[in-house]
Amino acid sequence: MHAKVDRERDAPASPGGTAHVQSPEMADAPRLLDRRSFLMCALASGAALSTGEFTSSLGAQPIFSGEQGQANEQFTVEARFYEKQKEKRIKCKLCPRECVVGDKERGYCGVRENRGGTYYSLVHSRVCAAHVDPIEKKPLFHFLPGTTAFSIATAGCNVNCKFCQNWDISQVRPEQVPAQYAPPQRVAELARQYNCPAIAYTYSEPVVFSEYLMDTADAGHQAGVRSVVISNGYIQEEPLKAAYGKMDAVKIDLKAYSDSFYRDVVAGELKPVLNTLVTLRKMGKWTEIVYLVVPTLNDGDAEFRGLAQWIKTNLGADVPLHFTQFHPDYLLKNLPITPVPTLERAKAIADAEGLHYVYIGNVPGHPAQNTYCPQCRRMLVERVGFTAGKMLIRKDGNCPFCRHPIPGIWRA
Amino acid sequence: MDAVASAGRRNFLRQCLVGAAALGASGSAAFPAPARTNAPPADSMVVIARDPQLRGGGANVDARRMEALLDRAMLALFSRDRAPRTPVEAWKRLIRPGQTISLKVNTLGGRGISTNLQLVEAICERLQQAGIRPADITVWDRDSEEMERAGFRIAMGGNRVQYFGTDRVNYEQDLVAYGSVGSRLSKILTERTDVLINLPVLKDHDGAGVTLALKNMYGVIHNPNKYHPNGCNPYIADVNMLPQVRSRMRLTICDATTAMYEGGPAFKPQFSWQYNALLVSQDPVALDATGWRIIERKRAENGFRTLEAEQRAPRYIATAADAQHRLGNCDRRKITTVEV
Repeated sequence: MHAKVDRERDAPASPGGTAHVQSPEMADAPRLLDRRSFLMCALASGAALSTGEFTSSLGAQPIFSGEQGQANEQFTVEARFYEKQKEKRIKCKLCPRECVVGDKERGYCGVRENRGGTYYSLVHSRVCAAHVDPIEKKPLFHFLPGTTAFSIATAGCNVNCKFCQNWDISQVRPEQVPAQYAPPQRVAELARQYNCPAIAYTYSEPVVFSEYLMDTADAGHQAGVRSVVISNGYIQEEPLKAAYGKMDAVKIDLKAYSDSFYRDVVAGELKPVLNTLVTLRKMGKWTEIVYLVVPTLNDGDAEFRGLAQWIKTNLGADVPLHFTQFHPDYLLKNLPITPVPTLERAKAIADAEGLHYVYIGNVPGHPAQNTYCPQCRRMLVERVGFTAGKMLIRKDGNCPFCRHPIPGIWRA
Repeated sequence: MDAVASAGRRNFLRQCLVGAAALGASGSAAFPAPARTNAPPADSMVVIARDPQLRGGGANVDARRMEALLDRAMLALFSRDRAPRTPVEAWKRLIRPGQTISLKVNTLGGRGISTNLQLVEAICERLQQAGIRPADITVWDRDSEEMERAGFRIAMGGNRVQYFGTDRVNYEQDLVAYGSVGSRLSKILTERTDVLINLPVLKDHDGAGVTLALKNMYGVIHNPNKYHPNGCNPYIADVNMLPQVRSRMRLTICDATTAMYEGGPAFKPQFSWQYNALLVSQDPVALDATGWRIIERKRAENGFRTLEAEQRAPRYIATAADAQHRLGNCDRRKITTVEV
């Protein structure tokens, strides 16, 4: 079981989150913060610890029965989305990459293998990271604020972001990282045991473990536990509908609003991700968007403006948009942390374009982490770090001050 | 005293010069560390050693004939400068006692088309005769089970040749990067290899076009699946540029006893032929360019279109030779092919 990962792919560990494991970034954080932020961080951490809201790292101890043998076939199930071709080749139909995979080879994700002309997922129930995280850490700000999510991941990813913070599980093959056998029913039981109203599929890229995600979502719903997915959205329409159709909320990492960034930094494409967002909108799925602002690479005014206009036109003004702070990692260690004024500039542009819920993330204590009513401007949800301090939205989902409807899923 | 001293000084200087020349000569004979600069050799030699009777009358490779074939190839490869008198002398030009030597085999194709066991054993024999301790020789690929499926017996520990995959020792935690590639390296490469001997097979590859010397280095990194788009170009060249790979690579012996001209990398018997050959070179780019031509010739004989026409020509070979990489020569005019 992977004990190191305690943070979201695009949300570096910061105080107030899973305070039980101190990542290098957390250790360094006080030196990077001003005095006020540091105090806010300390407060948030203290609150988290004192309330006992956050359990100890599940990754530090076996939580699933049956330690795996790495070659164990119990993790192998036939893939759902592929076509057979001549000479034992297959064409994967899971993501837009459409890998054509020869016998004995794997797709780009590294977790799907062609064995004699049949394509297999090697990561069903093969969990390499499991934690109880605040839902705000995903981040999902309009979904059951103040609750926790039982968060799991397998190895693998279908892109290769140069800034990935969880590359040591996302950019490896399943046999290269310790994992445990976690069948869907067991995950659902544990979520209930830890009082998590939702299971989150996160950390690496859930697209690549779609079969497991679908089965676990079904098991969770049978046990009264919801499911949310944190994804890059780089998925074809059919599996999107089949897999994310089972989700109660979706967070999409929109890496940039430019083809060149997707090509050069992500090893993916922008258009399919935009298509995913539109499809989710048509499906009526609660969706939030995260945009990691990487200095010099995707932080131009025109890009922020284009993004905001596209969201407003195609998804509507009520879709939450989180501009989050980049931290150097993986293959992009040569760039600095995103300056807070850059994030504030991004937010100002998106606000000016008419988006109603624009947040700043990974900056503990920043006022743009709170939710405000777009009509009366009063604060409705106060957040410190990953903790939702005040939650004033009415049970009917309206602003308590002006009765303006606030979109989201607010009550369990 | 002074005179003597003076004469002694002259003698000393003269003897130093002679000694230095002798040391240089013997040194270059015994330990000619290949130039590890960014400049490829002006021209490159690729030896193609063939033995139509390699299998005798049967299906399996005859171990004695394989040994003889290997010896012929090695003698020919080093004959250009000062011909070695024996095969062991040829090996001594590559390695010296006390070094750790690893043999990177290719076992993806199972028993049908993997690096030949008899070839590996012949190389290990010669390495030991050249003064390498058996335990300092590691035969490896990425996965032990794959090695077993190809006929190798896993052996770890003791004073014997070591056979195991990276799965037994894992990859380095730290990333190394060059160009488009960022990867973790096998600890067999980083911890058990002073000299890397590359033992690929000669075969078609549905993504890369062909898989020979350069492509076999995908087996030293933890994430080869990330580097198959665009016909593996420029990724293959970039992997070979990783300093830990490039500085250790001394020799490629491409096993072409059984080769494949279509349908790779998995074994497809209908597209394979018994070429009964070894391709040997110190220039992996020249070897790949030569192997590609052999595969194209066989494709033409069997009525298949060229890899270019199939839109999967191995462009990474030219990339490996370009000004940014300079890993070797792919220009036919700079490659001397010697058939023995």
